[in-house]
Amino acid sequence: MSREDWQNYVPRIEQLARDLGLRFHPVEFEAVPDSLMMEIAVYGLPVRMPHWSFGVRYIYQLIQRHMGHSRLFEVVFPGNPGHAYLSAGNGLAENVLVTAHVLGHADFSRNNLLFQRCQTQVSERIVEHAAQHARQIQQAIETHGIERVEAVLDAALALEQHIDVDQPLRRARYPEYAEPPKALADDAFRRRFAALEPGAAGAGSAPRARAPVPPHPERDLLWFVAQYAPEMDSWERDIFLAVREESFYFYPVFVTQIMNEGWASYWHARLLREADFIGQQAYVDAIKCHSDVVRPVAADEQVALSINPYHLGFALWEHIIAEQGLEAAFAIRAQDDDFAFIRNHLTRELAGEFGLFRYRARDGKIRVLEQDIDALREAILAPKYNFGAPTVLVRHLHADGTLELAHDQVLDRRGLDLERSRKVLEYLQRVWRRTVRLATVGEDGMAIELSAP
Amino acid sequence: MGPSDQMPREPPFSAAKWYELFSRGARDWLRHDDKVREAVRRHLPELISGGEIIGGSVRTVRVPVKLLEHYHFRLRRAAERQAVGQGQAKPGDVFLDPTEERAAGSKGAGGEAEGQVQLLLELKIDDIVEWLWEEMQLPNLLPRTGPSEEAEWVREGWDRRGARSRLDRRRSFKELVKRRAAPGAVPTFTDEDLRFRQLARRRRPALRAVVFLLLDVSGSMSERDRQLAKTFFFWTVQGLRRQYRSLETVFVAHTTDAWEFTEPEFFQVSGSGGTVASSGLAKVSEIIRERFDAGHYNIYLFYASDGDNAASDAVAAREALAALAAEVSFCGYLEVAAGVSRHLQTETGRLFAQLAAAGGAADSCVLAQFEDVWGAIRRFFAAQQRAAEDA
Repeated sequence: MSREDWQNYVPRIEQLARDLGLRFHPVEFEAVPDSLMMEIAVYGLPVRMPHWSFGVRYIYQLIQRHMGHSRLFEVVFPGNPGHAYLSAGNGLAENVLVTAHVLGHADFSRNNLLFQRCQTQVSERIVEHAAQHARQIQQAIETHGIERVEAVLDAALALEQHIDVDQPLRRARYPEYAEPPKALADDAFRRRFAALEPGAAGAGSAPRARAPVPPHPERDLLWFVAQYAPEMDSWERDIFLAVREESFYFYPVFVTQIMNEGWASYWHARLLREADFIGQQAYVDAIKCHSDVVRPVAADEQVALSINPYHLGFALWEHIIAEQGLEAAFAIRAQDDDFAFIRNHLTRELAGEFGLFRYRARDGKIRVLEQDIDALREAILAPKYNFGAPTVLVRHLHADGTLELAHDQVLDRRGLDLERSRKVLEYLQRVWRRTVRLATVGEDGMAIELSAP
Repeated sequence: MGPSDQMPREPPFSAAKWYELFSRGARDWLRHDDKVREAVRRHLPELISGGEIIGGSVRTVRVPVKLLEHYHFRLRRAAERQAVGQGQAKPGDVFLDPTEERAAGSKGAGGEAEGQVQLLLELKIDDIVEWLWEEMQLPNLLPRTGPSEEAEWVREGWDRRGARSRLDRRRSFKELVKRRAAPGAVPTFTDEDLRFRQLARRRRPALRAVVFLLLDVSGSMSERDRQLAKTFFFWTVQGLRRQYRSLETVFVAHTTDAWEFTEPEFFQVSGSGGTVASSGLAKVSEIIRERFDAGHYNIYLFYASDGDNAASDAVAAREALAALAAEVSFCGYLEVAAGVSRHLQTETGRLFAQLAAAGGAADSCVLAQFEDVWGAIRRFFAAQQRAAEDA
């Protein structure tokens, strides 16, 4: 019954969305059991490479679910066609809401420039692509054994945030030789100077100098390892590149979360409001569900110590569209990411209206700070910088294969967690197979160098 | 034409799919579980060093383990952090940090969300013994024939009568089918159709072995020394029992005199007084003479002592050991030296070294701390095995 109702609604909701100006690739919907919904959320992709760390996240999710937290209604993957997975436990009203929500995401991922760039580079079919990686890694396990493949995945997945999205996905290696020094200007002085000692200024006779590797500090650790590891097999490099490719896909999702969820929430609310073909009861139920999703603070609480991106994004978009109109909103959704979105549109007045506050947590106490819109914006955005990871750069590849990494503690304002960093170096050393060193600072600000082995 | 027109619309509520039969999350979780067990296994020496296992009726050891963390580069935890919240709060409001309360339970780096679930791995002593003894065998074990051949029951054929518990339903049903093939047969089961499995007694040559566990409980052995030795004995006995069905164990303790004990008593025993190794060795010889014919038994001796034998006993001890060595398949000497390591440069240590040098089947090992127990077991039961194979 509800299945047919829902199927009748889908084309009409799609048509309405198009009439209102949304442009999206077709979306394939599939209803799947909650258990699979949970797995998709854990892996980030419906079919992804096997690794024990996903098992740990899976258990945390199971525990969370048993404690009654977070039910997932949908997961959607951009592409052409897009893929949307709906929980088979959704009722009709929830499915109607979720369909409208998914179309909002589909419009966002088709038109946002960051998404567009990544989809041109990675693939418009990331779901199939990731499944292909999973298959390739499964084959590697069969050929080389779980231990060896796991060692590679331990290292590659530990570095999954360390990519450079400003560089193309498919990058050429660095030039082998340094640029020859520029010829000096051929002026009167130069000619007189050369005449002093003919033959001494033999231009071009100097041997070409090898360029240092890397020529500049390199942020894309996954790429660097895949390209320059002295003793890695090609299948091991392929795994690094597969992980890197998926990271390129995850990056826009990560860095537009507030905008993207807000946009989808705005559109599901608007589409429902304007869909006169939806029954009264289904509408009321769906709107109830909507208000649960975009509620900033849990029902039985006074304050929340984190922001709900659905609410923040939703409220900002509502404001933008009311003030500047749809056309301006379409331009913003195409051009911005969360950094631009928050900085340009979260004003002091809006922050006050939403009840956003900045706090300092210290010694188990939380103190609410004075309002300061710039600091507030930065506090919202801080976890999003550099894909949420500390800035670790390749500084130098020595002739003996020693890899020298450096942490940019000036940018990050404090040193690395030494214990964890040491473990990551161990992972990396196992596939790099030569010495790996990392410079950072200790608690007292003194330089520390970690090394494996 | 809108995109939806060409869009193949899968029925969203479809029948059973692969994901109902297979869970990636569960697969990766099992892999994590394997890794945890592997890690625990690598720490067997620490695992088996818990003295409290011994003697009790406990059959499991509980090991708390953290879920493994897949490490990433992270910034050091700052003393204070700034973040954004939402709700009715004014500047200057102060309240408790709920994340801190949760983190307070787990120490160290446990502040982060994923450090908090602890797994209590319950390991059966039998499992630990199995890991320990996977590659271990009694050294120089030879089949000994004699009156004490082992008998075992094996399945052999069927009979029309027998205990109900041995009814072979499949076989009985076959009989029914066969009988019904004949014209005019009764179609239901009759007593004629029933078949019962039969057992027969079968003899096989015995691998009989007796292990003597001799412990020095003189005054110079501290409580910790005795505990060390008993831990070694405990795991040895557990392992040997598992490996060999007809294994007899004899527990002897000595000071200046020697006594035989039952197993529970032995693990409780403590004593005081001087050390006369020969008394213990003589007691073992005496028991062998009385109860264990060397022709029928593989005899093993494991002797744990701090090595401080009375000087007046040197000659007697050497003779007693020489006499024993002629009869036993192997003797192992375990020097318990909590804290001090004299590398077997003791009276008794030299005694066994001489025996080994003279070609006797003997070996020695120092046990300075609980972590050495595993090494000692390996040394006696794995190395000897290899030597026996080479020979």
